Amino acid sequence: MQAGDTVATPMFTGPEWTFQLLEVARDAIEEIALNDLGLDVYPNQIEIISAEQMLDAYSCVGLPLMYQHWSFGKHFARDEALYRTGRQGLAYEIVINSNPCISYNMEENTMAMQTLVMAHAAFGHNHFFKNNYLFQQWTDAAGIHDYLAFAKNYISACEERYGLSAVEEILDAAHALQSQGVFRYGRPPKPTTEELAAMQKVREGYESAQSVLDIWTDATLGQDKLEQIKDEPYSARRKLMNLPQENLLYFLEKHSPVLDPWQCEILRIVRMLAQYLYPQKQTKVMNEGCATFVHYYIINKLFEQGRLTEGAYMEMMHSHTNVVLQPEYDDPRYSGINPYALGFAMMQDIRRICENPTDEDREWFPDFAGDPDWRRVMRDAWANYRDESFIQQFLSPHLIRKFKLFTLADDADQSHLVVSQIHNRSGYRSVRRDLAHSYDLAYLEPDIQVTDADLKGDRELKLTHTVRDGIHLSEEDRDEVLKHLRRLWGYDVSLEAVDAGG
Amino acid sequence: MHHFIDRRANPKGKSLGNRQRFLERARESIKERVDRSVRDKSIKDGGGIPAEGEKVTIPSRGLKEPRFHHSSKGGRRRHVLPGNKEFVVGDTLKRPQGGAGEGGKQASEDGDGADEFSFTLTRDEYLEILFDGLELPDLVEKATVETETIGTRRAGLTTAGTPNNLNLVRTMRNSLGRRIALQRPSVRSIAELQAEIEELEALPERSKKQESDLEDLRHRLEVLERKRRVVGYIDPLDLRYDTHVPEKIRNSRAVVFCLMDVSGSMQEREKDLAKRFFLLLHLFLTRSYEHTELVFVRHTHHAQEVDEETFFYARETGGTIVSTALEKMKEIVAERYPPDEWNIYGAQASDGENFGNDSARCKALLLEDLLPVCQYYAYVEIVDENAEMLLNNPEAGEDLWQNYRQVKAQAPHFEMQRVSQPSHIYPIFREFFLPKAKGAQNAGG
Repeated sequence: MQAGDTVATPMFTGPEWTFQLLEVARDAIEEIALNDLGLDVYPNQIEIISAEQMLDAYSCVGLPLMYQHWSFGKHFARDEALYRTGRQGLAYEIVINSNPCISYNMEENTMAMQTLVMAHAAFGHNHFFKNNYLFQQWTDAAGIHDYLAFAKNYISACEERYGLSAVEEILDAAHALQSQGVFRYGRPPKPTTEELAAMQKVREGYESAQSVLDIWTDATLGQDKLEQIKDEPYSARRKLMNLPQENLLYFLEKHSPVLDPWQCEILRIVRMLAQYLYPQKQTKVMNEGCATFVHYYIINKLFEQGRLTEGAYMEMMHSHTNVVLQPEYDDPRYSGINPYALGFAMMQDIRRICENPTDEDREWFPDFAGDPDWRRVMRDAWANYRDESFIQQFLSPHLIRKFKLFTLADDADQSHLVVSQIHNRSGYRSVRRDLAHSYDLAYLEPDIQVTDADLKGDRELKLTHTVRDGIHLSEEDRDEVLKHLRRLWGYDVSLEAVDAGG
Repeated sequence: MHHFIDRRANPKGKSLGNRQRFLERARESIKERVDRSVRDKSIKDGGGIPAEGEKVTIPSRGLKEPRFHHSSKGGRRRHVLPGNKEFVVGDTLKRPQGGAGEGGKQASEDGDGADEFSFTLTRDEYLEILFDGLELPDLVEKATVETETIGTRRAGLTTAGTPNNLNLVRTMRNSLGRRIALQRPSVRSIAELQAEIEELEALPERSKKQESDLEDLRHRLEVLERKRRVVGYIDPLDLRYDTHVPEKIRNSRAVVFCLMDVSGSMQEREKDLAKRFFLLLHLFLTRSYEHTELVFVRHTHHAQEVDEETFFYARETGGTIVSTALEKMKEIVAERYPPDEWNIYGAQASDGENFGNDSARCKALLLEDLLPVCQYYAYVEIVDENAEMLLNNPEAGEDLWQNYRQVKAQAPHFEMQRVSQPSHIYPIFREFFLPKAKGAQNAGG
């Protein structure tokens, strides 16, 4: 410590937190987050909740307002049992992609943990939500609370009107198709004016179901009456119904011959939430990496400034170390790659490449190796990538060596697994590509599309599963999901597996 | 615009609705497990249901949430793993059981692969499911006793009352209204007049006009003062008092008599079975009534009232005279439980052996003294483990059984069953308390 430095006093000394201390810590964190790191965040709303409330929040996919369904109760029951018997801790925080950005902190946390959690969630995640392109393009942070409130009320109104079991049946079926309820590549076709009006009426309950149904079907299905296409009915149909369609929930909502408008609206709700959560599934490594990098930077800065006691700093570092632990493949604790570990290591590595590049780094990352403004490089990365492209772009040979990554090729035709690449010069690019690939949801989730449905004919809904690398669907679940699909479609449903060729 | 919000006071249990939907969905499996758990429950450790609830494990069948997902088997995959120590390209590994790396993990997503689902029912949920569908046949209504007031209820306002019941707010409101309506002079207007008068009086010399003004002012002051006296600040008319009326509150209480034979022939096994029965009965009645008391009477050739501990764990030897227990119960009822205030239940367990012609005396005691004051009386006879013959033939039996059969023929609220194994207890308990057929109910009423 140099004589000229003003030595700040620690913000807190004991483990107990108070609202006053929280505010002091928040201000200190904010100072570093905004003025040093240059983060750009939504206003923060930090809510202190009890362990029970944390369990509640857990079971509803972390959303503050959620419609009711038995599966949330099931998750609650299981999480609670695990928590009560000490086999699973609770997350220290939950943060919601909304404006203002809501984060939940648990009352059981010590003051040191509250500080860490605020830096992590209220600034790290918050910045990521606000700036990453996927969230910007696909989610409406300002509108989500209103939409959730609408969804909750709508579904409870349906329960009152049509009965719990009727609603449960639709929700069960819709949940089964949730992963197939998102648009991966393009925006949904805009609803027509008639559809918008019809939806509005359904929501407000002004119109009787039947008249709305007429508008609905006329708008979406009735046009081919006029066109009278006889020679090429198949291609005309496909055009009219936007086939092939990857978003099964969207297709059912628009074209199912048997669903009532309220049932379509429920499908829509499930679909909208799936879409809202989809960017989170695509950015686990980046989002956690960003939040972890931010909290790590901030607590170190606070400690340097003398605003943390050594004890508090040690407690935070202990927790940080646990979070970014990456057991090796032969460790009994190994359960895949830890997104916190990988994300944090990559962010630290980007900073290193900017500040102390090696020749190898200059060769691999000519764009930013040695860039004096690592903060800007980092912010650009957070804003413009998702896990797959981020790893493909930024995973360095240095890190591949550090993690000692290797690729195991698993071909069902062979009796053994083969080590196909390791962390050496000839393996870096392949290992990086293979790892990036394993975060590509389009590859992880089955590619199932509606390919045809002849509403004038046998009305069979034809789905096609494009099989890549010889990987088929798990059969038992497939048959269960198809039952749900039949319920929503009302007629036969077939699923054909087509090899992608290769 | 950053802020903190303390949500800890918000109600927890936001997911209660979800939980109820979940329990409803899994109800059948849960019921099956609950029934089994009460059958298997060891009573050595006190039995009962712990306050923190009861862990149940049910098959996850019906609770699965299927999704389309890739099979963990087959195909060509590449897994990237950390921690290579000695592998070089081309090394081969044996395929681990159940798929490798992430493939295996994906397959077990959401219940798939795990066949059981464990969670904890709260005590209330457990009991509700345990006693689901059981009732005390048309006895509750008849037995609900209205006892004298415990509290009072507010009953609006009156114009008469004692000072301690004065409702100040209402009184002041009336007073203000009246003062405004009757234009009671304010202190200020009087003070102003007085000031003017004083000013004039203070003058060394007054003009004629000033004299008359003074006169006029004095007159006006007099009028105001009189009016102030007439229109009081608070008038008896303004007073309002709170009133309370005494309230009769419906208050039902129940007492359960547990009568157990502890003579030499009742071994651990027999007592264990008896206790299971008493335990269920106690739990059930606790749920039905606000206040439940238990009276433990044990008997050999003489009966005594004992505490719970002694009842279940102390051992006696000696001959058996069942009627002593019934006498004791009659005596305690007369002393402490007037039948017009208490719902009285009797539960008796015995191995059926009795002295001489005492069984006829039991029958008389039941019919003449006990059954008329009891809501319900259940007799459980514990027979030998392999007494198939007795279990299947209700007509066969010892002296006591035969006499009780005659009691049953006359009293609809008397039930008797035989058990030989722990697993019999819960079913016969259910039988005792299943809603009775319409005819039987009428006969009872």
